[in-house]
Amino acid sequence: MGSMTEPAAVKTRRTPRPLDVDLGGAELRAICETMVLSRALDERMWLLNRQGRAHFTISCQGHEAAQVGTAAALRRGEDITLPYYRDLGVVLWMGMTPREVMLSFFARADDPNSGGRQMPNHWGHAGLRIISGSSPVGTQIPHAAGVALAAKIRHEPTVTAVYFGEGTTSEGDFHEGLNFAAIHRLPVIFVCENNGYAISVPRHKQMATATVAERAAAYGMPGIAVDGTDVLAVYRVMRRAVDRARSGQGPTLIDTRVHRFTPHSSDDDDRVYRPPEEVESARQQDPVEKFRRTLVQHDLLTTAQDHELRERVAAIVEDAVVFAEQSPLPAAADLTRHVFAESGRR
Amino acid sequence: MAIKTYREALNEALREEMRRDDRVLLLGEDIGVFEGAYKVTAGLLAEFGDRRVKDMPIAEAVIAGTAIGAAMLGLRPVAEMMTVNFLLLAMDMVVNHAAKLHYMFGGQTTVPLVIRTPGGGGHQLAAQHSQTLDVYFAHVPGLKVVAPATPADAKGLLKASIRDENPVIFLENLALYNTRGEVPDGEYLVPIGKAAISRPGNDLTIVGWSRTAPMALEAANRLAAAGIDAEVIDLRSLRPADWETVAASVRKTTRAIVVEEGWLSFGPGAEVVARIQDLAFDYLDAPVQRIAGAEVPAPYAKSLERVSLPSADDIVRAAQRMLPRRRAA
Ligand SMILES: Cc1ncc(C[n+]2csc(CCOP(=O)(O)OP(=O)(O)O)c2C)c(N)n1
Ligand SMILES: [Mg+2]
Repeated sequence: MGSMTEPAAVKTRRTPRPLDVDLGGAELRAICETMVLSRALDERMWLLNRQGRAHFTISCQGHEAAQVGTAAALRRGEDITLPYYRDLGVVLWMGMTPREVMLSFFARADDPNSGGRQMPNHWGHAGLRIISGSSPVGTQIPHAAGVALAAKIRHEPTVTAVYFGEGTTSEGDFHEGLNFAAIHRLPVIFVCENNGYAISVPRHKQMATATVAERAAAYGMPGIAVDGTDVLAVYRVMRRAVDRARSGQGPTLIDTRVHRFTPHSSDDDDRVYRPPEEVESARQQDPVEKFRRTLVQHDLLTTAQDHELRERVAAIVEDAVVFAEQSPLPAAADLTRHVFAESGRR
Repeated sequence: MAIKTYREALNEALREEMRRDDRVLLLGEDIGVFEGAYKVTAGLLAEFGDRRVKDMPIAEAVIAGTAIGAAMLGLRPVAEMMTVNFLLLAMDMVVNHAAKLHYMFGGQTTVPLVIRTPGGGGHQLAAQHSQTLDVYFAHVPGLKVVAPATPADAKGLLKASIRDENPVIFLENLALYNTRGEVPDGEYLVPIGKAAISRPGNDLTIVGWSRTAPMALEAANRLAAAGIDAEVIDLRSLRPADWETVAASVRKTTRAIVVEEGWLSFGPGAEVVARIQDLAFDYLDAPVQRIAGAEVPAPYAKSLERVSLPSADDIVRAAQRMLPRRRAA
């Protein structure tokens, strides 16, 4: 957690604005902890990759508030998420354990996501109602519409949340999925993590509109742009969208403005297409640090609690790495397992 | 003549064709400042500008569709798909349109475009990034399907593809980009539809293309050390394919192994075997052997991926089975 420093505002405090959320101190601290944990796990994954101990990683860093802020408005075990490859914060909040995350990262046999078959960060966990992500971008959007359609047909109170980047909104799947969801007022929320880049390609080469949010009007659903570095702002917007969806009023498109602090993936060098100063200035809006500061200002996170939180997170990360790295690789004899369903019918 | 990588040879072909013909236009994701996911378009934005090197939105159907439209109006688009796996998102454009417009338009327009894209596995990129889908394209009349194995062919065949009046699916391979070889300077074209005899031999014919051609050559060199003299045929293109060169080789050697990276069932290897039995049945001394990838979605874990791909070892073992009296190393 090298990027964390003591909050500067502790000494010279003014009376802060009220937080204006329906969450208590324990819930707010849990959100904070998930954000800190997401960051810490992610930083460790980069380290392990650079040490040659893991083949590939792709990052949530800079997106944590958008991820945890939206997930926190969902019901665990009931609502369904279709995350994309950056959504470590979403899956941790929905209940995936750091050990499970690391089992997937190291492609171990016991990885609940895929038994080491799928790429890391392509989350899928049936027990947690997290639907397996894909490498071709955007395919989860029509899947989400289908999941929401099924929930509606079956009269389940389930809300579905689907995540993607802004570059992905160029694909037909985005437009076709939103259109269908709006026609049938499906209980689904489309969450765009809009970081301004698709690998090297800047936003203005993906769309002529200033925001992703304004496209919602074309399909007939609300489109809301929100500062994705402010976890409570994200939570409030998501909360309304979830209420809308659950009460049968249909889908919402949420456009969270975030920054990508890392290269696209461990295979990318972003220095060729964006100046390092751009990332440095984005780090001034570090969502994790910002939220810790807010909680401290509101006396919701004492110095002792903060300290304890960091120690706990460090221990959790260490445990997850050691546990997963020692666990066995998938056996070659299992190569063809899961190509077809084993029972033949359900 | 200089030693270059497969990647550099492709880059040289693009650069030379863009200099030669102002109608050549590049379309693709991250091909500008980023110079392509596999750096094949290095330096081309700098030299030709964004009028001719277009970073496209992430929309493969639009990339292919735009290329079709521009080709019909007289440009010669070369589209890069980041990987063949994502070309699946443009299959309607490729199969229903690029391949058929000339026919459906009664010959009034041609569709001279190239779609370049890498396939192949072995890089721990899992099920949706590692596929070999050659047969999907080779199956379709109206498409030419080219799959170079060497740096020289990468250059010569790409130049020929860009000059072809037909839509060409140009299949590159992730495992070949860094391979090196002699590449002729300047105007060097390899005709589409002519196989290469990569190594002459008398005991056995091994047929491959793209990545399995150098794999076959490696196996042949090992077999030579053990007294088996294999002939290696690199098909170079699947449609048109040079069946006559394959048949002539089999008539000489009387035995054949076909090696492909993709899945066995219904793959191009099955077509090669069928053509051999059409054209050289009476000459065969043994059933033709086939080697292919395991029939699974490509797994991520190295322990699984390793056993899912064909290898030179598999070829050597198959040759030993066919020629049991001469034991190979
Ligand atoms: C269909 C498809 N085309 C291209 C790619 C290659 N690719 C992977 S991620 C990516 C950029 C996605 O950008 P964005 O949607 O903005 O998400 P971000 O990575 O910025 O969070 C691209 C082009 C892909 N995975 N799938
Ligand atoms: Mg983006």
